[in-house]
Amino acid sequence: MAIKDYLRERFFPHMWCPGCGHGTVLNGMLRAIENLALEKNDIVMVSGIGCSARITGYVDFHTLHTIHGRALAFATGVKMSRPDLNLIVPMGDGDALAIGGNHFIHAARRNIDITAIIMNNRIYGMTGGQFSPLTGYGKMATTAPYANIDHAFDTVSLAISAGATFVARTTTYHVKQLTDIIQKAIQHKGFSVVEVLTQCPTYFGRKNKEGGAVEMLENYKNSTTPVGSQAGQVNPDLIERGIFVEKQMPEYCSEYSKIIQKAVKRK
Amino acid sequence: MGKPKLKELHIRQDWCKGCGICVHFCPQKVLELDDKDKAFAARPQDCISCRLCELRCPDLAIEVETEEE
Repeated sequence: MAIKDYLRERFFPHMWCPGCGHGTVLNGMLRAIENLALEKNDIVMVSGIGCSARITGYVDFHTLHTIHGRALAFATGVKMSRPDLNLIVPMGDGDALAIGGNHFIHAARRNIDITAIIMNNRIYGMTGGQFSPLTGYGKMATTAPYANIDHAFDTVSLAISAGATFVARTTTYHVKQLTDIIQKAIQHKGFSVVEVLTQCPTYFGRKNKEGGAVEMLENYKNSTTPVGSQAGQVNPDLIERGIFVEKQMPEYCSEYSKIIQKAVKRK
Repeated sequence: MGKPKLKELHIRQDWCKGCGICVHFCPQKVLELDDKDKAFAARPQDCISCRLCELRCPDLAIEVETEEE
């Protein structure tokens, strides 16, 4: 199936700004799904609120556009009632780690078989460029006109400590890696977290004088390095990308079905 | 199996928002923006069908069609 068969073409051109990285994430995600030859009817995509959350409107799967930060809670409900379906939850950085921070850590702790894609543009784009928990110290935002004094989460470390069994990071510059990682994340049995650094030229780029989409992508190329590379050891300022954790642990829905079996036997 | 040869570069100009990502990152400098800031293939004969424009396009506006093997 060509990727355009997965799109709701009647809603195109999409509502994202020129050069917004979210479209590239949509592009890469659809290619991953195409490579896996998944049936449209076997995919449920759940999103919350924000620019990133609009992604569910453009794909021709079962889609839920839910409430801010609670996409993972809705997805947990869907997965527990229909464990045979593939659950994909694209979220923004604020949606996943501020408003939905608690849902995120507990979904990870339970190791429920959901693929969480965190599209990290380090800003609340839809509401006008307020700082998020991933904006980072010293960065500018509409609500931090004299620079932000909050320190950022490290999404990867947070996901690992919370118990996610597949944790990866990539960028919208590294599109082949993006598709490859999302593909592996969907195949992984357990809670998968994929952080994608995605450019917001309209707010983050403009406020922080990082230039337009092209310059921001050049920056992703120059400021990241593969996990465990020598360049990363020499220069710790480089952001590592790749797969950080990939391990097997008992999955939540499988464990739950065992409990049901036990309870039924006792009757 | 030889290298894939370009048949046609399909660009949906009504979806293109002119961000210039495809133009800047094309390794062969095949693409350019026209006077309405829409991408077009200025030098399709130089295309090596690497598909990086298709993969990076945030507007999903580009499709690289190659000759059947």
